[in-house]
Amino acid sequence: MSVSRELLVNLFYTMAKTAATRIPVDVYDTLRKAREAEDNPLARAQLDAILKDIEIACRTSRPICQDTGTPYLFIELGDEFPLRSGVIEAAAEGIRRATREGYLRPNAVDPVYARNSGDNTGRYVPWVHVDLVPGDKLHVHLLMKGGGSEAPTTLVMSTPLKGWENLKKAVVEAIARAGPLPCPPLVVGVAVAAGGDMAVSLAKRALLRPIGVRNEDPRLAKFEEELLDALNKLGVGPHGFGGRTSVLDVKFDYAHRHPATFAIGIVTNCWAVRRVEAEVTSSGEARILSKHLLPEEGGGCRPGVPSIEG
Amino acid sequence: MAEYRLRTPLSDEDVERLRVGDIVYISGTLVTARDEAHKKVLELLEKGEKPPIDLRGLALYHCGPVAVRRPDGTWEIRAAGPTTSMRMESVEAEFIEKTGIKMVIGKGGMGPRTAEAMKKYKAVYAVFTGGAGALAANAIKRVIDVFWLDELGIPEALWVFEVQDFGPLVITIDTTGRNYYEERMNEVKKNAEKIIEELLKKPIP
Repeated sequence: MSVSRELLVNLFYTMAKTAATRIPVDVYDTLRKAREAEDNPLARAQLDAILKDIEIACRTSRPICQDTGTPYLFIELGDEFPLRSGVIEAAAEGIRRATREGYLRPNAVDPVYARNSGDNTGRYVPWVHVDLVPGDKLHVHLLMKGGGSEAPTTLVMSTPLKGWENLKKAVVEAIARAGPLPCPPLVVGVAVAAGGDMAVSLAKRALLRPIGVRNEDPRLAKFEEELLDALNKLGVGPHGFGGRTSVLDVKFDYAHRHPATFAIGIVTNCWAVRRVEAEVTSSGEARILSKHLLPEEGGGCRPGVPSIEG
Repeated sequence: MAEYRLRTPLSDEDVERLRVGDIVYISGTLVTARDEAHKKVLELLEKGEKPPIDLRGLALYHCGPVAVRRPDGTWEIRAAGPTTSMRMESVEAEFIEKTGIKMVIGKGGMGPRTAEAMKKYKAVYAVFTGGAGALAANAIKRVIDVFWLDELGIPEALWVFEVQDFGPLVITIDTTGRNYYEERMNEVKKNAEKIIEELLKKPIP
């Protein structure tokens, strides 16, 4: 067996459909815990509506949220994997198919000619990030990133001496200022790097790490927890109705910086985290790796790994 | 906080008894409009023409749905949660004044100009849970009509939905001029100052 275009189109179609309709299990479990811990009635009503929405979406294969996002692809491409640009072409085709079948809202708008492309692809869309790695595998994350939760996106070009101080201030202020707009409870990505584009890009990629999975570096693991606790004291709460849970998690990443710069990037994801992780070997075995809430026979939902649809 | 079940068309009395924090489920006719549809309705009224549907007493929904046309030509609404209402802040006061809508539904709240118009012309703003697109679609019984589809595309078109028990909607601006989110955000701002102070005492990583 080898890697065919058809296999990849089917994989990306399944990933897009899964992202839109089936919440990752780590997100679902965290939202349920937040609901159990919540004693503010308005915040609880919001979390109840969110959980109900997730379960309806799962059972009926409807989008969790009507803003099905902009597609971001984070690819690790093995040296011996047989396809290169074909991967991206297949991803675009899988996304177009998921759009045609009503799993994705057409969200790609040409800003110059004021036209919606109608199929979620267009100039630089899907947005692709590729890392070249040893080995024979294609490893890919699809993140369908909602527009509303771009609101708090922040770039601070700090002086290095004030770097960490400015970072702490900027994170708290970004989440406080955005209030209900980005659909909290949020996942927050924070990064430090040399250039502004690097910091924001790393912060976005940090959103891929599942909730509850801490940074590998113990210092940063502790820092993530400090920021998480601090942000949950803000009182923004689910959709701005107060309560205990303003953010579901905080993820930190960094690149080596320039001696003269300390770029801080802050990015958020709404509660409706649409991310799917998959892997393809050079011999053409494709599988989804991430766990999602899947429909069960008899009408319920259960956690599981989606199989690839033809 | 009280809970109400209301049916469109809404009267002044219907909305005047609603208060910030009340939960409402609405049945009847819901009309969607985002940025472009607001602009078009106001342009028509400016020229002395009528919008394609009489909006008096109806509920306006800030929403761009995921809609699929069935083979028989009817529409299936697959997801229809709210969009960010603040984008319409610059035009909503005029929209309320000129169309006579009684309820605006969206997410994230609206500003002082809208709150003032709501007090003056008797209307309320209600939040539907942001992102809960499948839950919203579940309450939409059918598409009565859609306007400006070719010109504006699916998300921006003006959709007319028949809904049953659409909610939970939380009132965050009432006819007394109270604006829940403004109060909440002032508190959050104060909390933020304290939190930053505490965070800065902790060592850097």
